[in-house]
Amino acid sequence: MARISLKVNGKARVVDTDPETPLLYVLRNDLQLNGPKFGCGLAQCGACAVIMDGNAIRSCQLPVSSAQNRPVTTLEGLGSTKKMHRLQQAFVDEQAVQCGYCINGMIMTSKALLDKNPKPTDAQIKEALAGNLCRCGTHTRILRAIKRASGQKV
Amino acid sequence: MKTSELSRREFLKGTGALIVSFNLFPAASDLFAQSSANLLPNGDLDPQSLDSWLAIGADGTVTVFTSKVEIGTGTVTALAQIVAEELDVSVNRIKMVSGDTTKSVEQGSTVGSRSIERAGPQFKQAAAAARQELLKLAAARLAVTPDKLTVNDGVVSVIGDAGKKVSYAQLVGGKLFHVRITATGTGWDMKVAPEVKAKDPKDYKVVGTSVKRFELPAKVTGEYVYAHDVRIPGMLHGRVVRPPVVNTEPVSIEQDSIKHIPGVAMIVREGKFVGVVANTEWAAIKAAEALKITWSKPTTKLPANPDELFAYLKNTKPVRTQKAVEKGDLGAGFSQGKKTYQASYRWPFQMHGMIGPSCAVADVKGDRATIWSGPQGPFRTRGTIATLLKIPEQNVRVIYHEASGSYGRMSTDDGAEDAALLSRAVGAPVRVQWSRQDEHGWEPKGPAQLDEVKAAIDGDGKLIAWDFVDYGQPWTASGVTPLLASLQVGFKPNNPGQGNGTQGGGEIYEVANQKIVAEHINWHFPEPIPLRTSNLRAPGDPARCFASECFVDEIAVDLRVDPVDYRMRHLANNKRGSECLKAAADKAGWQKRPSPAPASSGNIARGRGIALTQRANAYCAIVADVEVNKTTGAVAVKKVVSSHDCGLMVNPDFVQNQVEGNVIQGVSRALFEEVTFDANGVTSLDWNSYPILKFTDVPELDIVLINRPEMASLGAGEPSTIPVAAAIGNAIFDAVGARLREVPFTPARVLTALKATPAANQKS
Repeated sequence: MARISLKVNGKARVVDTDPETPLLYVLRNDLQLNGPKFGCGLAQCGACAVIMDGNAIRSCQLPVSSAQNRPVTTLEGLGSTKKMHRLQQAFVDEQAVQCGYCINGMIMTSKALLDKNPKPTDAQIKEALAGNLCRCGTHTRILRAIKRASGQKV
Repeated sequence: MKTSELSRREFLKGTGALIVSFNLFPAASDLFAQSSANLLPNGDLDPQSLDSWLAIGADGTVTVFTSKVEIGTGTVTALAQIVAEELDVSVNRIKMVSGDTTKSVEQGSTVGSRSIERAGPQFKQAAAAARQELLKLAAARLAVTPDKLTVNDGVVSVIGDAGKKVSYAQLVGGKLFHVRITATGTGWDMKVAPEVKAKDPKDYKVVGTSVKRFELPAKVTGEYVYAHDVRIPGMLHGRVVRPPVVNTEPVSIEQDSIKHIPGVAMIVREGKFVGVVANTEWAAIKAAEALKITWSKPTTKLPANPDELFAYLKNTKPVRTQKAVEKGDLGAGFSQGKKTYQASYRWPFQMHGMIGPSCAVADVKGDRATIWSGPQGPFRTRGTIATLLKIPEQNVRVIYHEASGSYGRMSTDDGAEDAALLSRAVGAPVRVQWSRQDEHGWEPKGPAQLDEVKAAIDGDGKLIAWDFVDYGQPWTASGVTPLLASLQVGFKPNNPGQGNGTQGGGEIYEVANQKIVAEHINWHFPEPIPLRTSNLRAPGDPARCFASECFVDEIAVDLRVDPVDYRMRHLANNKRGSECLKAAADKAGWQKRPSPAPASSGNIARGRGIALTQRANAYCAIVADVEVNKTTGAVAVKKVVSSHDCGLMVNPDFVQNQVEGNVIQGVSRALFEEVTFDANGVTSLDWNSYPILKFTDVPELDIVLINRPEMASLGAGEPSTIPVAAAIGNAIFDAVGARLREVPFTPARVLTALKATPAANQKS
């Protein structure tokens, strides 16, 4: 066990845990942040995505020790039901969710995309999300939501 | 996260205050402090009490109690629309309490696209009964007869004298109705208050509009509490260690193999069931991976490859034959036929493929158990847990939290059984989440199917005989058979399992002599095997439709006629079927001609295909446009047009969302999905070995919704996935003149089909 200092959603947090524990379990179980989801533990589906150092990363395979003192943003860090981020709002406006289990990964990955490329083309969005799996088949709505959030014609 | 819940009393008070309760399992009657009038002697809610269906709070909130659950389709919001409509209240006033076995009548599981079709009328009638009672009370209060009253958002006023008014909340807010209604039958067949007159659909204002889903803001912000997010104070984490190959049991367990992992509380063994419980999730995962178990030598083997599998399906004596259609004289039909056709089609095991694996929390204390889980049938989970733990059903409370998208997977609540066994062993609440490898390996699969079809035509090309046989496994994991953990602790199946459906085998067409049967082939083995089977979205229909709709196309090709025209000849008396087919063809700009398409130059061949289906009286037609790379065999689905008729649409956007999802999932199943296995078990154990559609594979979608407000509502959760593979298969033939009779349409299969097709028939 080790004391690990984290910076999550703008706040300093200290956890006492096995440093090999993947960041995902610390976010969910120690910090009670349910946005990131366990999907595969293999970095194959994207449900666990969080933003670290400006990039969408797979928290299911990153040892928590590697996240020490690096800024991490989770879905909760973007907004809440009381004050939604424009991406979250766009997903509601487009009703771009079915079960929603993958949606954390869709929103966090597209957040990282829009931060770097504010007006992505359809092809660029599809490429950015090619590693994020959605089983319900909500893809076309997700694409529209991201276009809408980026201020482009839907 | 804390698990919190509103008690029934708090709903009625309408204060909005939360009673936070942990490990709560009060006697059911405690939840209804004001009255036990709506409880049956066994403690379940009495469906003949109006109070079992809905309650009006002091603030005018209408709380609706349902065993139907949200699995991502919008069902729960749509049910709220139906109640809002009948009560004449804003849909924002409706609060849905869903999936708590102590707080709702059992309306049947959320399966089979039956929830709006069956639970919709139950709520429509219950709400109409409530409205009738409220108008009676208002009439007394306002000293007029009920026919002089009108309702606007829960306020009853006198027609022509709007100052005379009283609200629902003032009439009954915070109190029970104490009104008896009729309720006959059980589950989704229950008929509720048919004696009450409901609204004329012509007057609908809320039903038929695209109200937004209630739960989406919470889902996009991380505030929604999925089953995976439930945490109970004192909760431990468990993992089950499943056998690595088929038909084995633990011979010995080396306890020392995990002593280096801190925080492990217990190793649990019960029969062939082995699990670990630890203080943290990570410790449970590490312990389950490290635990050294010596397993016995397997005693039997599975079919080792698809050829062995399909030979097994064809050559094993069926345990049961289910007849879907038997009319006319098949022998006479074939003997009169001018030409006879025959073909067989294969469909592989496919996965539900939930993005989040099975997960549940259980708290077993003495002879009582509380389960937090995401089953499609909370009452079904209640029953399986009671059987597993050998306790009365009413001692089990199931509290629903949505799991990951389900498509039938959560009909079989395996995680709840695992959690219950571990909780009982360790004496504390236990959360169990499956690994990805366990979910891929052990989820019950959509059965494999071999479909054989023979047909004869008369001199005009019209079908006069149709003989369709569907060979496949029943669902070894179903409502009539023990689930995985139950099998591992020693329960034995006494039933081959529920059948995999019979629809989609060509019954949609008018053929004078027709027989359609499903042969159920035994799939129980002496020990649990990873190739378990269960209901996968529109169970069995995609395979049967693939066979029947490609076969119809094959005949149309032979006759050199347009495939839409040919289908229409056999739909003369089927108004909705023919209109649905025409709607898709028109939307797609269908040009009449026989298949294959005229040859085009270049390496990429383009084709179009159509298919039609009917499921539980809902209709769907699909037109697919594909591109086939003749060198690599790769198929790209460029565009899918779908027409869809499910009667009255309660919420058109929910229907649209379901059709879109069904089509995309259908494309994925048609192009990419096949569970691989060998004699030891499943070898598709992650998303690389079981690829599904990615964003870069998504076709353009164009959907035609046919609304029929004069009809009752039918299901939209399944029909539109059924014809997708058939339409794509027909489109591939149209593009390259090669027929694929096995799903998925992998590049290798396309190339094989191209090689097997005489050059004269191929487009160059």
